[in-house]
Amino acid sequence: MTDKNKILDKDGFETMYLNMGPQHPSTHGVLRLGLVLDGEVILKADPDIGYLHRGMEKLAERRTYQANIAMSDRYDYVCSMNNNFAVALAIEKLLGVEAPKRAQYIRVIMAELNRVVNHMVFFGFFAMDVGATTALMFGFREREPVIELFESVSGARLTYNYFRVGGVARDLPSDFVEKTKVFIKFMRAKLIDYDRLVTDNVIFRDRTVGIGKFSKEDCMSYSLSGPVARASGINYDVRKDDTYSVYNEFDFNVPTLEGGDCFDRYMLRMLELRESLKIVEQALEKLEPGDIMAKVPKVIKPPVGEAYVRTESPKGELSVYLVSDGTANPYRFHLRAPSFINLQILQKALAGFKVADVIAILGSIDIVLGEVDR
Amino acid sequence: MNLSYGLERLWLWLVGLLEKLISWLGLPYIFAYTLEKIIFAVALLVFISVSVLYLIWLERKVSAHMQSRLGPMHVGGWRGWAQTIADMVKLLFKEDIIPAKADKWVHRIAPLVVFIPSLMGFLVIPFEKNLIAQDLNAGILLIFAFSSIAVLAIIMGGWASNNKYTLLGGIRSAAQMISYEIPLVLSVVSVIMLVGSFKLNDMVAAQSGAGKVWFVFTQPLAFLLYLIAATAEVNRTPFDIPEAESELVSGYNTEYSGLKYGFFMLSEFTNMLIVSLVAATVFLGGWSAPSWLSRVPGIVILLVKTYFIVFVLMWIRWTFPRLRVDRLMDFGWKILIPLAFINIFVTALVMAVWRKPTKILRIIKERLLVIL
Repeated sequence: MTDKNKILDKDGFETMYLNMGPQHPSTHGVLRLGLVLDGEVILKADPDIGYLHRGMEKLAERRTYQANIAMSDRYDYVCSMNNNFAVALAIEKLLGVEAPKRAQYIRVIMAELNRVVNHMVFFGFFAMDVGATTALMFGFREREPVIELFESVSGARLTYNYFRVGGVARDLPSDFVEKTKVFIKFMRAKLIDYDRLVTDNVIFRDRTVGIGKFSKEDCMSYSLSGPVARASGINYDVRKDDTYSVYNEFDFNVPTLEGGDCFDRYMLRMLELRESLKIVEQALEKLEPGDIMAKVPKVIKPPVGEAYVRTESPKGELSVYLVSDGTANPYRFHLRAPSFINLQILQKALAGFKVADVIAILGSIDIVLGEVDR
Repeated sequence: MNLSYGLERLWLWLVGLLEKLISWLGLPYIFAYTLEKIIFAVALLVFISVSVLYLIWLERKVSAHMQSRLGPMHVGGWRGWAQTIADMVKLLFKEDIIPAKADKWVHRIAPLVVFIPSLMGFLVIPFEKNLIAQDLNAGILLIFAFSSIAVLAIIMGGWASNNKYTLLGGIRSAAQMISYEIPLVLSVVSVIMLVGSFKLNDMVAAQSGAGKVWFVFTQPLAFLLYLIAATAEVNRTPFDIPEAESELVSGYNTEYSGLKYGFFMLSEFTNMLIVSLVAATVFLGGWSAPSWLSRVPGIVILLVKTYFIVFVLMWIRWTFPRLRVDRLMDFGWKILIPLAFINIFVTALVMAVWRKPTKILRIIKERLLVIL
C-alpha cells in the first residue's frame, strides 16, 4: 500500500495507518489526521489542514475596511464578536480614532459574552468527545440565551457584524441590561450543575487527568496562547498584559493552572467563564448613556502605514496586522489565528497516546477549522 | 399465593384445549407439544419485537427529557409513539450497501448471527410460573451462552467490512466482551449457590413466599457486579467502546446500511431487554410479588421490574462519559473479577457456617488442637 505502512513497531511488526478525517464526527470540522497505529497506541501523527481554506487574507485585500469586519465573522464562527473586535481595533488604530466610552463598554460586554458562548460550546463538545452526550445539549442550551441577546442587538444569530469602525452598529435595546443580568444569574446557577455532571465525574477525570500534558517549555516554543498556555502555568493574558479598549478598568483575575493536561485545560476554561461573567457584570454597571459612534468619514481611507493589534479571543491571542496604502482597501491583511498556532503542538502531543486520547487532546485544544484554514 | 390469573390461566386453558383436540383426533402427544411450542414462540417473537420497538422509542424519550429536549413528537400523534416504526420502514427501503472489497458472505451473515442468538435467551425466561417456553435445568447458563455468541458477529461484521474503524471496533469488542463475560457469570454464581439450581423458576421460588427476600438485598454486591458487567456486555455507555461514536465513527457497524444495520440496532435493544429480564428474575424476584399485590398478573410485575432496570441502564448511558479501552480492561480484570470471587467466597463461607455451625466449629477445634 502506501509508504506510511512500512513504519514498524518496536517488535518489528507492521503498523496500521488510520486516516482519521477530514470526514469524521469529532475532528471538529475538516481536520485530517494521519495516524500510524500500533494496536491502539499512536506511533506517529500527521495533522493535515487546509480543507476549509477560503483564502480570506487575500480576499481581504479586495474588500473595503468595513466589509472586512463583516468577513471577520467567518474566521472563528463560534466567537464572531471577538473577531469583530480585533479587526475594528486594528482599523481604528490605523485611522487614529477611538470609539466613544459607551461603545467601548458595549464592545467589552459583547466580547465577554461571546467568550461565555465559546466556552459553553467547548464544554459541550469536549464532553461529547469523551463520550458524555448530555453535556453537549446543556452547553448549547446555555448558549441560546446569549445568542438571543446578540440577536436583539445585531439581528443575526451567528455572523453578527455588529462592530463598526469607531463604534458599534446599533445601541442596546432597552431590556438588554436586565436580560443580561438574568442570564448571568442563571449561568452561575448552571455552572454548579456542570461541576456535578462533568467536572467531578470519575470517568471524566479518568479520561482527562494526565492526558496530553504540554510542558511550559513546549508552550513557549510552540508559541501557544490563551487557555492552552495558561493551563500549563504561563500567566499571559493580553487583556491584562497588553491591555486594550477599556479592560484596564475592570477587576478580574487571570486563572492559571500548573498541570497542562486535558483536565486543566478544561478546568481553566470553566474558571475563565466565571471571570467573564464578572467582567460583564461590572461593564453593565459602568454603562452610561452617550454616543455609540465616533466621527468617522463615510469612505474609510486610512493614511499610509501599518498597524498591529493584539486581542485575547477565547481561543488565544488573536492579532491583526494591517497595512494601508492609502486606498479604500487594505494592502495586506494578516491574521494571527490562535487556533492555527495552538494546533501546531498536536503532532508532538499525540505520540504515545491511544486513539481515544486523540479526540480528547484535540478537543481540549479547542480549535475551529474556520480559523485554522481561514 | 394464588398467581394463576390473566395470561397464565389463558395459556393453560389453551394448552388443555389443544391437547384434548389432538387426542380426540387420535394423534400422538408430540403433535400437541410441538404446536404449543410453536404458538408460544410466535407469541414470544411478537412480544420481543413490540418491546424492542417500544424500547427504542423509550430510549429516545428518556434521553431527550434528560437533555431538556422533547424527542420525537409528531409521528403517530401521541408523543411520537410511531417514530420507531417509521424508522424501521425507512431502513427497509434503504439501499443495502456492501463495500466493494468486503468479505461479502461474512458481511451478510453477521447481522443474523448477532440477531438470532439474542432471541434465544428468551426461551428460558419465566414470565409466570407456567408461562415459559422451556424450563430447562441449565436455564441461566443457556442465556449466558447465547449472549456470548454476539461477540462473534461483531468481530465478523468488523472484520468483513474491510474498514479500519470497523476492524478496531470489532477487536475492541472481542477484548471487552470476553473479559466482561467472566464477572457477569461469576456474579450470578453466588445466587446459583444459594438456590442450588440453574432453573430460573427455582430462583424466583427462592425469592417469593413468606420470610424470603429478594436476592438484591442478600446479594447487593452481586447485583451491582451483574449490572455493571451487563452494561458492558450489551455495549452501552460507559462501556460502548466498540462503537465509540466520537472515536470510531460508528465502530463495527460503520459499513452497514439498511435492514442489516437495523438488525444490529434491534439486537442491541433485544440484548438490553434480556439482560434486564435476567436481572429482574434473578435479583428482583421475577414474576413474584408481595402478597398484597397478588391479584396483579405476574407478567405485569416482571415487566415493571424489567423496565425499571432498563431505565437505570438508560440513565447511566446518558449521564456518563465513555471509558478508555485500556482502563476498561483494567476495571474488568482488576476490580470486577476479584470482587466477584470475594463475593462467592463470602457467600460460601456464610452458607457453610449457617447450615452446619456445629460441624464447622468442631472442624476448627480439631484443626486448632492439631496445630497446638
